[in-house]
Amino acid sequence: MKIHEYQGKALLKSFDVPIQDGIVIDTLDQAETAIQTVQQEFNTEAVIVKAQIHAGGRGKGGGVKYSPTADEALSNVQAILGSTLVTHQTGPQGQKVRKVYITEALDIAKEYYAAITLDRSKAKHVFMVSTEGGMEIEKVAAETPEKIAKVWIDPLVGMKPFQARILGTALKLEGEALKSAMKIFMDMYRCYEETDASLVEINPLVKTEDGRIIALDAKFNFDDNALFRHKHIADLRDLNEEDPTEVEAGKYHLNYIKLDGTVGCMVNGAGLAMATMDIIKLSGGEPANFLDVGGAANVDTVKNGFKIILSDPHVKAILINIFGGIVRCDRVAKGVIQAVQELDLSVPVVVRLEGTNAKEAKLILAESKVSIIPANNMQDAAQKVVAAAKE
Amino acid sequence: MSILVNKDSRVIVQGITGSEGTFHASQMLDYGTRIVAGVTPGKGGQMALDGQIPVFDTVEEARTKTQADVSIIFVPPAFAADAIIEAAYAGIGLVVCITEGIPIHDMVRVKRIIDMEGTRLVGPNCPGIITVDECKLGIMPGFITRKGSVGVVSKSGTLTYEAIGQLVSAGLGQTTAIGIGGDPIIGTSMKDVLQLFEADPETEGVVIIGEIGGQMEIEAARWAQKNMSKPIVGFIAGQTAPPGRRMGHAGAIVSGGDDTAEAKMRILGECGIAVCESVATIGETMKRMLKA
Repeated sequence: MKIHEYQGKALLKSFDVPIQDGIVIDTLDQAETAIQTVQQEFNTEAVIVKAQIHAGGRGKGGGVKYSPTADEALSNVQAILGSTLVTHQTGPQGQKVRKVYITEALDIAKEYYAAITLDRSKAKHVFMVSTEGGMEIEKVAAETPEKIAKVWIDPLVGMKPFQARILGTALKLEGEALKSAMKIFMDMYRCYEETDASLVEINPLVKTEDGRIIALDAKFNFDDNALFRHKHIADLRDLNEEDPTEVEAGKYHLNYIKLDGTVGCMVNGAGLAMATMDIIKLSGGEPANFLDVGGAANVDTVKNGFKIILSDPHVKAILINIFGGIVRCDRVAKGVIQAVQELDLSVPVVVRLEGTNAKEAKLILAESKVSIIPANNMQDAAQKVVAAAKE
Repeated sequence: MSILVNKDSRVIVQGITGSEGTFHASQMLDYGTRIVAGVTPGKGGQMALDGQIPVFDTVEEARTKTQADVSIIFVPPAFAADAIIEAAYAGIGLVVCITEGIPIHDMVRVKRIIDMEGTRLVGPNCPGIITVDECKLGIMPGFITRKGSVGVVSKSGTLTYEAIGQLVSAGLGQTTAIGIGGDPIIGTSMKDVLQLFEADPETEGVVIIGEIGGQMEIEAARWAQKNMSKPIVGFIAGQTAPPGRRMGHAGAIVSGGDDTAEAKMRILGECGIAVCESVATIGETMKRMLKA
């Protein structure tokens, strides 16, 4: 789960990390008061107006505006709030800006990068810092990997002060600035661990002209599987930032991701679902979605799956691919027939059922009066559904 | 011969009185697995599975009273890390964890602990292990397998079944099939399983099934290139997966670099593995490799 910058910063602040602070608003009539309050509270004439969307690249997309005066701040809020922001991460359709964050403006001497995430191959947490702040870290990693310093943190030991010192000196910090950075790194790790985050990223972390170290941005990812023990974090979820169909699918415990093709698919198991998408592509079609129905492929699951898939108007044919282990294929077949009848489907449906009671299932499909195209294996199924989608 | 489990494995089921645990324990028992005890805190002294299996409060007690050497875990995600550590501290050598949805920070700690204790963990979030006609330790449908000479290791459950189904259609049986799980942190890697299959005299060839995300397939391939004498057939799921989106499994996400399907397929090929571009050709490719 992702959260907004302003939420991430509030979280960092609660772990004693100094942040570039501000006020978030969601209507225009709050703007004037908010701008005044930020100016007074942080003793600054200039403020920054920042669009709050989950996607990155907000600055380049025109969603972050330095505003030297209150008047300019107001006109920037008017321009950004309610607009649709297009960045390299939103896709061409962009994302509507529903909240704007008005923050203090700081005199920045130097920008850094700092992040903690999981290193899967080492089974440890990795803390990365770089002197190349403000840039895309993937680019730094590809072009100048020597500019990224890393320490690996043993989850049983936790982060040790010497590791924070290694990171701080890698940023060539000295004196009070080094001390502040070390404390920030320790607090960041505490925040990462105690909130079950899978990513805490501050980009940029800045040194101000007067020598303070401050988080100018905050990006968090949280482990969905751990949200049950962090209600205050689960409450930060913003459904406006998620694809409405994917949210809807989640209500039915279906794992759905929309893609750009015309061949819908419904599969049990994530690996088989990906392999099904792949073989559709290899057979000359384009998958319209990823959909894992999980272990229980019954009438309701199949019906809900159809509804979700068909909410995408580009879908021209649907492939159901089930390898029944615990799931009995004859029950799936009956479910498919019932769902097709009740929903009065307008697109062709190819069904491939293998595993437990597959023979009985094939018989049931063959004898049914609904127009289902049976398939014998994945190759056969993929060819049939691609042909059906092109008709 | 086979790897990890056989007809003599003495099995504890942690979470035996839960609905998942009860269902799958009885399926395992039907397959011939020697289940010797169950563990459910607070239900020690009872009998599970129609009075066939004694239930204990702790793994320690179950192990000492039944000489169990293997444990399989069906407890809910919030308690699964505790259950794995309990089994490791009780001296269980092999732990299979079926549970899906264990918090990642829990698993990172568990991984360090099992390494220190010398416990082998398979999973979590996996279908388990099946040594054909001897021992089923998990949720795989036993009837789809045939005894034979091919080892199968996979990150995905239903893709394991798909591969087994194709092998059987091609006239090939299996020694052992293992689902290692699709989470970012898992106990047993693909390379670990390849090492075991290489050492098993009965296994003549191995199918490896990977997916996008992580470096595990590449690590296994590089090891195999130097150390493996048996033919390997490989498939990587997720050629059409968009970057940055998690495809079901918590670990199946392209985050840049060598973790795309294309990169993994290329590197597997460079390491001498017969890479299947289409999932539909796994069985016949293995047949061809074993004839050559």
